[in-house]
Amino acid sequence: MYLFIARRLFFAVLLLLAVSLVTYLLFSVLPVDPAALTCGKNCKPDLIAANRVRLGYDKPVLEQYWLFLKGIFVGRDYGMGQAAFSCPAPSLGYSFSQHQCVTTLIGKTFPVTAYLSLGAFVLWMLIGIGSGAVAALNKGKWQDRLANAFTAVGVSLPTFYVGLLVLFSVVIWLGILPFPHYASPFEDPIAFFQAMILPWLTLAVLSAASYTRLTRNGMLEAMNEDFVRLGVAKGLKRSVILRKYVLRSALVPIVTIAGLDFAALLGGAIITESVFTLPGMGKLSIRAVVESDLPVLVGTTMVAAVFIVLANVLVDILYGVLDPRVRTK
Amino acid sequence: MAEVVLSVRNLSVSFNTPDGVVHAVNDVSFDLQAGETLGIVGESGSGKSVTAGSLMRLNNSVTATTTGNVVVNGVDVLNCTEDEVRGIRGQDIAMVFQDPLSALNPYYSVGAQIAEAYQVHHADASKDEVEQVVIDMLTKVGIPHPETRLHQYPHQFSGGMRQRIVIAIALVNKPKVLIADEPTTALDVTVQAQILDLMMDLQRETNMAIILITHDLGVVAEVARDVLVMYGGRVVEKASINDLFVAPTHPYSWGLLGAVSSLEDLQRGHLKTIAGTPPSLISIPSGCAFHPRCEFYEGVGSRCSSEVPELRTISSGQSMSACHLDDVQIVSIGKSKVLQ
Repeated sequence: MYLFIARRLFFAVLLLLAVSLVTYLLFSVLPVDPAALTCGKNCKPDLIAANRVRLGYDKPVLEQYWLFLKGIFVGRDYGMGQAAFSCPAPSLGYSFSQHQCVTTLIGKTFPVTAYLSLGAFVLWMLIGIGSGAVAALNKGKWQDRLANAFTAVGVSLPTFYVGLLVLFSVVIWLGILPFPHYASPFEDPIAFFQAMILPWLTLAVLSAASYTRLTRNGMLEAMNEDFVRLGVAKGLKRSVILRKYVLRSALVPIVTIAGLDFAALLGGAIITESVFTLPGMGKLSIRAVVESDLPVLVGTTMVAAVFIVLANVLVDILYGVLDPRVRTK
Repeated sequence: MAEVVLSVRNLSVSFNTPDGVVHAVNDVSFDLQAGETLGIVGESGSGKSVTAGSLMRLNNSVTATTTGNVVVNGVDVLNCTEDEVRGIRGQDIAMVFQDPLSALNPYYSVGAQIAEAYQVHHADASKDEVEQVVIDMLTKVGIPHPETRLHQYPHQFSGGMRQRIVIAIALVNKPKVLIADEPTTALDVTVQAQILDLMMDLQRETNMAIILITHDLGVVAEVARDVLVMYGGRVVEKASINDLFVAPTHPYSWGLLGAVSSLEDLQRGHLKTIAGTPPSLISIPSGCAFHPRCEFYEGVGSRCSSEVPELRTISSGQSMSACHLDDVQIVSIGKSKVLQ
């Protein structure tokens, strides 16, 4: 088991290296001159040239990549003399449009994304597994049909549409909530919840749809299993059978997908954050795209990649914990 | 006369399906005595597994309509509360399933699954007591090193071993009746014999009654005392195992016995079959369900297709048959069929 984890982690690191190299190279071949973007309207050729040297864009691409990697572990200094500044480790580069270290920017925006993801995740697992279980237990009845309709609608509606609709109806027409304005939960919990509740619900309801279907089908499949019949034949109570036999076996694939979905969300819920103007990593990425702020893009991509790769490892390990058949192999 | 432990009267089961009502079991009655082994034979779709399921009320309660009486230990399984039937399941009647690969819960150790079956009916048993019961049970069904193996999961056992564990689960509460639904079908031939021997040994020890459901006449011949032959959801012949093989009394049984292949048949290069196909349980043929495939239909005539034959005792013997042929014909044709 430990050997398995160690091996998985080793390959995860290799994979991340590959992702970082590809991302870095991909962005470096974009037809933009990063140095020219540092000064906007005030740009003069000599300033551009100076900035290019200062940010290291005069060096060959591979050397730039090497400096980027090195920066992650030891931090990075830019420029010399009076104009010198540094981004301490782990440095993911320097944003020339926001004039801040990328790590600082991500550090500021990540908590927002994390709160958004965590809240939405908890809600959607509750809604998804709950409604899926209700549908499975009432197969063919109105509860099942309702869940089916919900699944179809939830899967096919895009976030930006539902998000805007919710925002429009709840905030503008009904006026139940003030226009969301993000505040840290430690400083102003009420404003925090007022800002988060709509994005949480939007993300949760839309993502829950596929979990409803997964739970329903998984449970129905399990109910036809011989071992469930044996559970009944033992004289077990229905509630015990549902929990230990039916839900248990339906849970394995759900955990797998949930882990990956959650990780992807941590990389930034770009659309949701944009619709609800949440200052999270998704918003940061969008701004970076618009401004061709390459260091930020590389940074957010790397963070997202780390989460996804880690989640993969975690899900593999969890899979072994949940299913003894995987454990012993 | 031994104690009657299970009494089935006029059991009928039908299922509502999108294609129509499936009449899986029609008017089946039989008694089972302690220590007796009753074989139920028939081809796929003859209603034997559904009959078995009804004895513990295991059929889908939404789609199935079950009528009749199944009395175990003084309780009518079909007409009692959910709590009452739960008290009977695993305690008075237990079941061994066809496929041991899928009958065990893959997420729990085999020890936990045997313990669970015991604890359902012994809620106040101490942990040590339960563990001792589990180890005893595993020893009884012939699992070596039970102390260590009880912590293992189903996938770490072979098919035969898993069936032994399913049997351990079934017998942990010393039930009066064991229903074995094709217990050896999924196993290798050599393992089949071991499992049958094990069941017979345990039967001698506890004097439980066994209902053995199978399509394998060889298995029935080996272990059963009496046999019910089912066709189209009905019992068409009821006989002792000896009578069934020496003097069968129903055209379907004649066909079945004729289809048992011997080495000679194989050398001659063809297998005997019963012409035609089993009936659809949605539209069971009128009258005798077997008449479209019966070689004596022409001789007897329209009664076969209009009147359901009663199960009646055939002259002199103990066998019962549901056939419109008269007793003399049945006896003489039966003899000639066996001689062939």
